[in-house]
Amino acid sequence: MSELVQDWSNDKQVFGVPWGKAMMWIFLLSDTFIFSCFLVGYMSVRIATTDPWPNPSEVFGLEAFGVQVPLLLIAIMTFVLITSSGTMALAVNMGYRKNRKMTFWLMLATALLGATFVGMQAFEWSKLIAEGVRPWENPFGAAQFGSSFFMITGFHGMHVSAGVIYLLVIAFRVKNGFYEKRGGNYEIVEITGLYWHFVDLVWVFIFAFFYLW
Amino acid sequence: MAEEGQQHPLKIYWIMWGALFVLSGFSYATDFMDDGALRTFLILTFMFMKAGGIVWIFMHMGWERLALKVAILGPPVALLVLIWLMSLEGNYIEDTRVEYYGESTFEPKEPEHH
Repeated sequence: MSELVQDWSNDKQVFGVPWGKAMMWIFLLSDTFIFSCFLVGYMSVRIATTDPWPNPSEVFGLEAFGVQVPLLLIAIMTFVLITSSGTMALAVNMGYRKNRKMTFWLMLATALLGATFVGMQAFEWSKLIAEGVRPWENPFGAAQFGSSFFMITGFHGMHVSAGVIYLLVIAFRVKNGFYEKRGGNYEIVEITGLYWHFVDLVWVFIFAFFYLW
Repeated sequence: MAEEGQQHPLKIYWIMWGALFVLSGFSYATDFMDDGALRTFLILTFMFMKAGGIVWIFMHMGWERLALKVAILGPPVALLVLIWLMSLEGNYIEDTRVEYYGESTFEPKEPEHH
């Protein structure tokens, strides 16, 4: 606690992190509020509707090997995103070890897993649209299901897509020695990692509140 | 620490990665349970354990200074008030709809799978 008071009262930068990292954290804080508004909005329309809420377990179920498996695709998407979070964490570590080659390959793997996730989401969207789910109506229950679904997963998918581009840009800069000319500082890999882990973090909440609840 | 960057032993990341897989498996397993207070409790427990691990270990928040922890993790607490108010509002709207429009007559179709 005295550390907190001293950090704020001393005549110096408060957080003891590079400004880029502080700004990424502040951006992620604002993004937290955007996603929270979507999830709280979803909560209130789900409470307020008098129509039955569609059972996500059935709506997102898939048939595999002749058996009906609930939430199958969503479970696979979850594991893909977690795997990408692990490769990202290792990339950050390798960055600080100045292992450019490993950092590049791990970031590339993260981007590919992210792209896989978006691809699976596109498949999921097409499937639901083919079954008649629209933002204003759906055959399985309350109309608000569709609007919440497209809004929340769409905004999250947009974040993943932006993250894939961001990862690729930084990965190739690491590979090309861009940061060597700037004193060999690989803090940027950690900042990119913060964004990527946040996208995974949001998915944890979407998975719990939208798909499981 | 700040000058050196966030440099930690690789072992921590492997453990956290493994834990995320196991916890996600548990999360998915709750979908096979019957609805009820226990299921809701487990969904929330696994969710917060995963979220905590990601923020604390993968995002290195556990190693940051208290000033940054408070600045970033403090404001979202205000969301609890929003959740509380919106659930009150949601329940009120539902009661009003039942009062004026009556109970729902919606006949849902079972999802088909191909």
